[in-house]
Amino acid sequence: MLELKFDKKKCADCKAVSCLVKCQYIDLNKTEAKKEWQKVINGEDSFVLDACTTCYACEEYCPFGNHPFYLIVERQEEKNVLAAPRALIKQWVNMCAPSGKFMLGDVKEKTASLCFMPRLGSLAQGKLFEDVATSWILGAEFFCNAVYLHFSRMSVIKERLPKIIDNISKQGIKELICLHDECYATYNSLAPAYGIDVPFKTIHYMEHLYQKLKENKAKIKPLNVKAAYQRNCSTRLVPQIDHFVDDIFGLIGVTRLDREYDRENALCCGALIWASKGYDAGHDVQQRNIDDMEKHGAEYCVFNCPACWDPLAEKVANRGIKPIHMIDLCKLAMGEEQALKLPEMPLEV
Amino acid sequence: MADVYESLVGIVGKNFVSNSKEERYFYARDPGLMPPHEPDYVVMPKTTEEVQQIVKLANRERVPIVPMGGGMALTGLVIPLKGGIVMDMKRMDKILEVNEKARYVVVEGGVPQGMLKEHLKKHHPDLRHSIPESPPITTIAANVVIHGQGRLTQQYGFNSDMVNGLEVVLPTGEICKIGSCAVSPYWFSKGPPMPDLSGLFLGWLGTTGIITKLGLKLYPRKKLKDMEIFVTDNGDLMPDIIYKITQLEVVEDLTPWTQPRPRMFEGNYHVSIFFTGDTEEELEFKRKMVWYGLKEYIDSKDGGFMMIPAELKATFMANPAKSMTNFADVRKGGGFEYSGPIIPTELYPSFVKKAEELAARYRVVQNCSGRVIQGGHCMMFSFAFTFNRADMDEMDRARKALHDAAEYALEKGGVLWKPTIFEQKMMIQRMDPNTLKLMKSIKRLLDPNGIMNPGNWEVN
Repeated sequence: MLELKFDKKKCADCKAVSCLVKCQYIDLNKTEAKKEWQKVINGEDSFVLDACTTCYACEEYCPFGNHPFYLIVERQEEKNVLAAPRALIKQWVNMCAPSGKFMLGDVKEKTASLCFMPRLGSLAQGKLFEDVATSWILGAEFFCNAVYLHFSRMSVIKERLPKIIDNISKQGIKELICLHDECYATYNSLAPAYGIDVPFKTIHYMEHLYQKLKENKAKIKPLNVKAAYQRNCSTRLVPQIDHFVDDIFGLIGVTRLDREYDRENALCCGALIWASKGYDAGHDVQQRNIDDMEKHGAEYCVFNCPACWDPLAEKVANRGIKPIHMIDLCKLAMGEEQALKLPEMPLEV
Repeated sequence: MADVYESLVGIVGKNFVSNSKEERYFYARDPGLMPPHEPDYVVMPKTTEEVQQIVKLANRERVPIVPMGGGMALTGLVIPLKGGIVMDMKRMDKILEVNEKARYVVVEGGVPQGMLKEHLKKHHPDLRHSIPESPPITTIAANVVIHGQGRLTQQYGFNSDMVNGLEVVLPTGEICKIGSCAVSPYWFSKGPPMPDLSGLFLGWLGTTGIITKLGLKLYPRKKLKDMEIFVTDNGDLMPDIIYKITQLEVVEDLTPWTQPRPRMFEGNYHVSIFFTGDTEEELEFKRKMVWYGLKEYIDSKDGGFMMIPAELKATFMANPAKSMTNFADVRKGGGFEYSGPIIPTELYPSFVKKAEELAARYRVVQNCSGRVIQGGHCMMFSFAFTFNRADMDEMDRARKALHDAAEYALEKGGVLWKPTIFEQKMMIQRMDPNTLKLMKSIKRLLDPNGIMNPGNWEVN
C-alpha cells in the first residue's frame, strides 16, 4: 500500500503554520491554525477538511515540502468528508477510468503527452513543436489522475497512477513532454510523495517552449502586450516551474502584470469552488480575480491549464480581456494562429 | 383504381401523384419499428382546394387517406395501414402572416419547423416559436396534431397549447375554420371565448380531418441564453429538484436525463436547465436564482452543477438538439425509437429504473430523457432504445422493450404520447367507457365513411 511521505515532526517544529495561515479561503491565526492542523494530523474531525477548496496552494506554502494538501485529501477520504457533491465525484471517477481506448501518434523516445485532453493536440502544432508534433500519447491510459485531489479520492490516484506510469514506460518513452501542467506536477510531486518511481524524464511544456523560442529567437515578433497570468492548481505542486512564465514572457515581449492575485497569492479558476461551495463562493473568487486583471490593464489572460479555460475564458472575454493559452501566446509571437478559442455558441434562442 | 390515379392527376397534375413501386416503398415506412405497409398512391397537394377535392374523391371511392408531414413520429402514425392515399403536405409550405404585436403566425399545413425558424430569424428577430427536438423538416401541423413539445414547453405547455386557430378540411370535404378566425380576420385564439373546437382535431392523429392552415403563438426571442446541468446520484430527489427549479419561474426549458454512456454519465441523474436574458445581468440573475434554488443539495453533497466544457455546452444548446442522432447510431445501423408517456414528475425515478431494467432484460441500449411541461404539471418521459437496423433480432428485442415500457407506463398512471396503433389499443382498453363512447360519436360524426388514417384511434 502506497503511503504518503509525511513527517509529523516537521509540523511539530513549524512555527509559521503557513499551510493554514496563508490559506485564502480559511481565516485562522497561527495559534488557531496550529490547533486545527494538529487535529488533521491526528486524524480528528477538523472544519479544515470541509472548508478546503482544494486549491492545492498549501503544498506551495509549506516550507518543508511536507505535503499538507495531500494529507488533507487523505483525511477527507478517511473521514468521508466530500470535497465535492457525490455525483460529481462519481462522474469524474467514471470519466477518466482506463478503458483501453487510448490513441497513439508515431511514438518515439521523446513524446508529448496530451493527457486526456484532445485539445492539447491542436495546441501543440507549428514551428515550436515540429520535432514532436507527430509523437504523442492520448487517453485515460495516460491520464495523470491528479484531478482526484479535488474529489477526496487519493485512493483512486494510488490505484491508477502506478499503472499509468507503467503504460507510458511500455511505449518505450524516455522523455515525456507534459503538455498538461498537472501531468508534470503528478510525476514530480505526487509520485515522489508516495514513493512511486517514474522511470522516464519529464519535461514541462513551458521548458520546451522556452528552449524552442530561444532556438527561434530571430523569428519572434514581440507582442508588446500586458498579460495577466492565471495560475492553476497544479502549479502549486511544482512552483519551481513558475520562472518559465517570466522567461517566456521576456522572450516574446509580454509584460506579466504585477497584480494582487498572481504568484503565491494567486486565485484559482474557481471551478471547484463553484461546484463544492455554491454560487456566492465561486462567483466571488472569479470576480475578484477578473476585477484584478481589469484593474491592472490586462490585454490578455494567459492560461497554463486548459481546465481553467472552461470556467474563466468566456468571463474574461466578456470584460474585453483576450483569453489565450500559453502555447498559443508563443505561437502568436511566431506569427502563427491561435488554436484554442471560445466556440461559437448557438445564440439563437 | 386506375380512375383514382387519373382523378388525382386531374387535381394536382401528374408531377405530384405517384403509384410507382419506389414511391410506395418509401411511403410505406417510417424510421421506427412499426411494420411497413404500402399506400396505393402518394399525392402532394398545393392548395386547400386541392386537398378538398382529394378528400371528396376519397369519400366517393371509399379510399383511405393518410395526411403526412415530415413522417418522423417514429411510431408509425403515417404508415398507411389500409393502403389508399398518403397525402404528403410538404408543398403547402407558405408562411401566410406574422402578426408581431399579437405574436402569432399563420402557416400552411406543410410548413416545416426549420422554415419557420429561419423566417422568424430573418424577418422578425424578436420572435420565435417552440421548436421540437426533431429534424427541421418535420412540420408544424403534424407536431401539434400529436401534441408535440418543444423548447418553450416548460413555460407554455404542449406545442398544441400554442395553436391559435385552424383551417381544416373535414373528412367529408367541407373547409372549416376553428377559433377566432371563424368570425374574425385575426387568428388570436383557437377557441375562447367561443367553444374550443380545436380538440376535435388536436391529438386525433389525422383521423378527423386535414389541417391546411394553422395559427401558432410566437414568443419573445431573448438575446442571450445559457444553461446549467444539475447532477445527483440519488434519483429519488429528482421530483423535488424539478419542483424547486420550476417554482423559481425563471427557467425556459427543463430536461431531465440519464444515460449509461459515455461512462461519465453512468449512474447519475441529470437535469439540463436552460435560461435566457436580454442582458448579461438578466442572464446572471437567473443563473443565480437557479443555483440558490438548489443550494441545499450542494451543501448536503447530494447534488451539484456539472462543469461543462465549452464544446459540450454548444452541443446541449443547439436547438433542435442533434445529439439524439448520435444516440441513434450507438449500435450502428441507425435505429432509434422511444415510447414517450406523459407522466407526473413524481414518477420519474421509478421510470428510470424501469428503463434500466428493460434494457438489461432485452439486451438493448437505453437512454432516458424527458421534458418538463408547463411548470411541472407533468412531463414527457422517453424510454428510448437504439438498435441496428440490420439486426432483426435486436430490432425485435427493442420492440418488446418498448411494448413493456408502454404497459408499465399505463399501469403506473401515465398516458401514452403519439402512441403506436398497439399502444392506442392499450389505452382504449383502459379508457373510461363514456369517454370512449364520446370519441366514437365524434369520429362517426366527422368521418362517416372511416377514410381518415384508418387503423388509428379505431374507437369503432
